[in-house]
Amino acid sequence: MSTATIDVHEVPTGSRVNYLNAQYGVKSWLLTTDHKRIALLYLASITLMFFVGGFFAVLMRLHLIEPQGALVQPETYNKLFTMHGVIMVFFFLVPSIPATLGNFLVPMMIGARDLAFPKLNLLSWYIYVIGAIFTLYAVISGGVDTGWTFYTPYSSSFSHTSVVPTALGVFITGFSSILTGLNFVVTIHKMRAPGLTWFRLPLFIWAIYATSIIFILGTPVIAITLFLLFLERVLHIGIFDPAIGGDPILFQHLFWFYSHPAVYIMILPGMGVMSELITCFSRKRIFGYSFVAFSSLAIAIISFLVWGHHMFVTGQSIYAGLIFSVLSFMVAIPSAVKVFNWTATLYKGSISYDAPMLYALGFIGLFTMGGLTGLFLASLATDVHLNGTYFIVAHFHYIMVGGAVMAYLGGIHFWWPKITGRLYPDGWARFAALVIFVGFNLTFFPQFMLGYLGMPRRYAVYPSEFQVLNVMSSAGASILGIGYLIPLIYLIWSMRYGPTAGPNPWGAKGLEWTTPSPPPTENFEEIPVVTEEAYDYAHSTVIRG
Amino acid sequence: MAIHHAHPPGFAHQFEDMQQQREAGSLGMWVFLLTEMMFFGGLFATYIVYRALYLPSFEIGSHLLEVRFGALNTAVLIGSSLTMALAIHSAQIGKRGAQVGFLITTMILGAAFLFIKFTFEWRHDYVEHLVPGFGFAIRPEWGAPGAHVPMFFCFYFFMTGLHALHMIIGIGILAVLTVMAHRGRFTPQYYSPLEVSGLYWHFVDIVWIFLFPLLYLIGGRYLRGGH
Repeated sequence: MSTATIDVHEVPTGSRVNYLNAQYGVKSWLLTTDHKRIALLYLASITLMFFVGGFFAVLMRLHLIEPQGALVQPETYNKLFTMHGVIMVFFFLVPSIPATLGNFLVPMMIGARDLAFPKLNLLSWYIYVIGAIFTLYAVISGGVDTGWTFYTPYSSSFSHTSVVPTALGVFITGFSSILTGLNFVVTIHKMRAPGLTWFRLPLFIWAIYATSIIFILGTPVIAITLFLLFLERVLHIGIFDPAIGGDPILFQHLFWFYSHPAVYIMILPGMGVMSELITCFSRKRIFGYSFVAFSSLAIAIISFLVWGHHMFVTGQSIYAGLIFSVLSFMVAIPSAVKVFNWTATLYKGSISYDAPMLYALGFIGLFTMGGLTGLFLASLATDVHLNGTYFIVAHFHYIMVGGAVMAYLGGIHFWWPKITGRLYPDGWARFAALVIFVGFNLTFFPQFMLGYLGMPRRYAVYPSEFQVLNVMSSAGASILGIGYLIPLIYLIWSMRYGPTAGPNPWGAKGLEWTTPSPPPTENFEEIPVVTEEAYDYAHSTVIRG
Repeated sequence: MAIHHAHPPGFAHQFEDMQQQREAGSLGMWVFLLTEMMFFGGLFATYIVYRALYLPSFEIGSHLLEVRFGALNTAVLIGSSLTMALAIHSAQIGKRGAQVGFLITTMILGAAFLFIKFTFEWRHDYVEHLVPGFGFAIRPEWGAPGAHVPMFFCFYFFMTGLHALHMIIGIGILAVLTVMAHRGRFTPQYYSPLEVSGLYWHFVDIVWIFLFPLLYLIGGRYLRGGH
């Protein structure tokens, strides 16, 4: 990108058969079983959902410019934050990195021709689309106002909005996650190239593996929970119904049994991307490979034991609260291991500030902020003060937007030349990364302060002394929105007009960079034999081209 | 494009050899069964919570179920697991006729299970006003615990209903396998679709093995001589 093109293997894109030009026509895309094409199908769908969800966020922030609300009725505001949450969590963040970059990269990184079950992979995309259609139908048919958490008995008995299609949409999409996770686990276990032992795998694969475990073990629980909610709402009797002795709080237990691990579904793949970016742009081996690898698994396992920290003030016993608090502190340990190891990798590295690296550095800062503020919420005493305020909103946006979305964009920018065979304008990409970083902090840092001062979340109005901070947050949201539109424009532009990328524009290690860009349908002409460890930049003869 | 060598029937292009494909298929089904365990597990966990809260109500509910039908169905299902295993064995030793015969027997036993479940048990429950949401009637002789008896029947219908749904899907899979077996698609070298579908069928069977005592046999019905 910034250095001169000196790659001798380069062949003009048009003259070589690759996965993009092997077949043409809508049918060749809708019936494809090629993991790379399915990754692009997912990319298009989740980008659409991202901007739909983002649109609701923009409306919310516009509304909150005035203490009495500038835009919509309180009932509509309830629907806005619900639809924003449902779409962003279930239809963007959960599938984001696994379904796009994961689908594209898992077979390429492990030296396989495809995932183990290509048809199942295509099926999972269709399931995702059907779920998304149900949810978008719910938006059109009047929206939902339960919050993305669907707490009973409000969702089961009292809300007069489109709970059923939304819950069904989320239920259906869950199976798409399950099938994707299943496919990844089997592929990673059974289809690694000769010589590619577990401890030679790129750390992205470890992260995707840990994510898949959560997909497999967590998603079915939310599926059955939403199914029970659905039955209760349709039949007007069910196991959360207090009229026959049902316990609505049991719903919260089941919901968070999945939805807390789901937070790690969103962040673990981002951590995997981070390990790839940090090593490539500091030209160093990862510091403490096995610690980073096992911390992914540790996060996945501990994530199943911390759900109660969402319920400290929900009538859970104080002893349960104590244990959940301790376990929640424990999950900070493997997360911190990762941050320290990335930082140690940077130390004395030969760092270059390309666009993907800017996202990666942004991730380290923002994720650390999000993680440390999570400890405030894991402490029983401070949580009582902060629960249900904007402090929580800011905390999880620092993890999910500052963490997951930054890593997602960094990953998209890193592998874009591999996916499309084209380079994007580097200056614009760095500019967009900075705009997003500034816009993000301006949006969400004031919300920490608002929450600490006591402004509750999910209200359409607020006392006028909070207006300055709210206006700052809304201003940041507009900058953030523009920041997200810039990459959309230049990435689409680059698909047609960008300069040819060559097989390895970053001089990166990893099997995916040994193939032409874009790769051929079968990925590798000959299945490679791996003889070295991951990130062996010290002995690298690869030159940036 | 890759050079394609002559491959045995049923070989998929993304694999390197037949053994890798077989192992992948088998692991895939085991992982799928893990998700199924968690899917049913959510229901079992809530069942345990409510049973601990409302044990007397659950005992009343359990005693209202027709245990002879449940027991008969348990036998039918275990029989079907046996014929499923025999179908796989027939494929391993290359007997096509026996394969088809055992697969059809398995389907018939599965259908018999559903027939007994729906036409005898569920119909009986409906007539007795034991279906929550469809005219459930709390009887005065149940006393105070009666208020929570509908909860037991919610679990009964959700759990057996979900299990029946899995049976219906299983019978559909068996129908496809029967056609494939009839066309001679399975050989002693290649029978993994049979093998992994067998795993699924046994899993559905095992779920019932847990459901039967949890729903039909609680409350010391036989130890204390019933009520």
